[in-house]
Amino acid sequence: MGLIYRFWGNSAAGGSVKKVIQQKTSYTIALAGNPNTGKSTIFNALTGLNQHTGNWPGKTVLRAEGSYNYEGIAFNLVDLPGTYSLLANSVEEQVARDYLCFGKPDTTVVVADATCLERNLNLVLQVLEITSKAVVCVNLVDEAKRKKIEIDAEFLAAELGVPVVFTAAREGRGLEQLLSAITAVSTGSIINTPYAVKYEKEIEDAVTKIEPQIRKLVGKEYNSRWLALRFLDKDQVVIDAVQKWVTGRVPLNIKTGGAVLA
Amino acid sequence: MKMKNTESVLPSCGKDYLYNLPVGRSAVVTSLNTEGITRRRMMDLGLVPGTKIEALRCSPFRDPKAFKIRGAVIALRREEGCQILVEYEGD
Repeated sequence: MGLIYRFWGNSAAGGSVKKVIQQKTSYTIALAGNPNTGKSTIFNALTGLNQHTGNWPGKTVLRAEGSYNYEGIAFNLVDLPGTYSLLANSVEEQVARDYLCFGKPDTTVVVADATCLERNLNLVLQVLEITSKAVVCVNLVDEAKRKKIEIDAEFLAAELGVPVVFTAAREGRGLEQLLSAITAVSTGSIINTPYAVKYEKEIEDAVTKIEPQIRKLVGKEYNSRWLALRFLDKDQVVIDAVQKWVTGRVPLNIKTGGAVLA
Repeated sequence: MKMKNTESVLPSCGKDYLYNLPVGRSAVVTSLNTEGITRRRMMDLGLVPGTKIEALRCSPFRDPKAFKIRGAVIALRREEGCQILVEYEGD
């Protein structure tokens, strides 16, 4: 959708063509992360908006959008509800997941809680499975420091294969680095090589079997490996979405998925 | 601390359901007796085999119970707690 949107965006701008050319395009940035990791605080800090923040999980139920300019480029920031997983099923989680999976943001920022990083990495890896254009933002480092937790940013970035930025959004620390990392990933001046989760042999075999078929179906528009894995999961939401996108031959794939699983 | 677990369904060999873990004791997850969305959800919350869990608190009617799982406190109901098999630590 990104391309079409940008195309229309440019032509709709009409009168200010010069400006558009100068700014090239506007990028859409999604803020994802576990509940209560400070996504809305970062959103407010970057956009200057006043989205309601609070110290409890599940506060953001719908997505909020805002924009900011950095180095002459316009960015649209989308604040998503917190989610532990892209595969779970409550309404807020579905909002986040639908956006990340089918909204095609230019860059996804995964906000992780430095005080319990381990449980945040699940979502990080799931996001990296969908898109390579991601930035990991380890937030609440001030609180982690108070709890005497030390995190090796370089090692983490090397392992994950994406930029890792430390922030304390409440105090405004690290936001500059976050902005430049987002810009670098969006404009393509940094090409990520994200860590790819390898599954057991049977699953990998099944993926190799159905991935080419899925790629034929959806082209390069969506991540076919990820879709193949969801089909093997019998993830109805994803299957429905793909079915809506390409009507017709999809039931064949579902059958393949189920058969391979069994 | 030696504490006899009286409501255990699987008494021997130190394996038991998470729900029966006495407050203050720790255990390690060995398997999840569930499928589909519930299983996925539990794994997303950090409940994978090998995860260390500590029983923190118990509500008045013993349901739900609060557990410390990978740095977060999570309350589980009896039905969920009875789907998680654990092995006791430090016996």
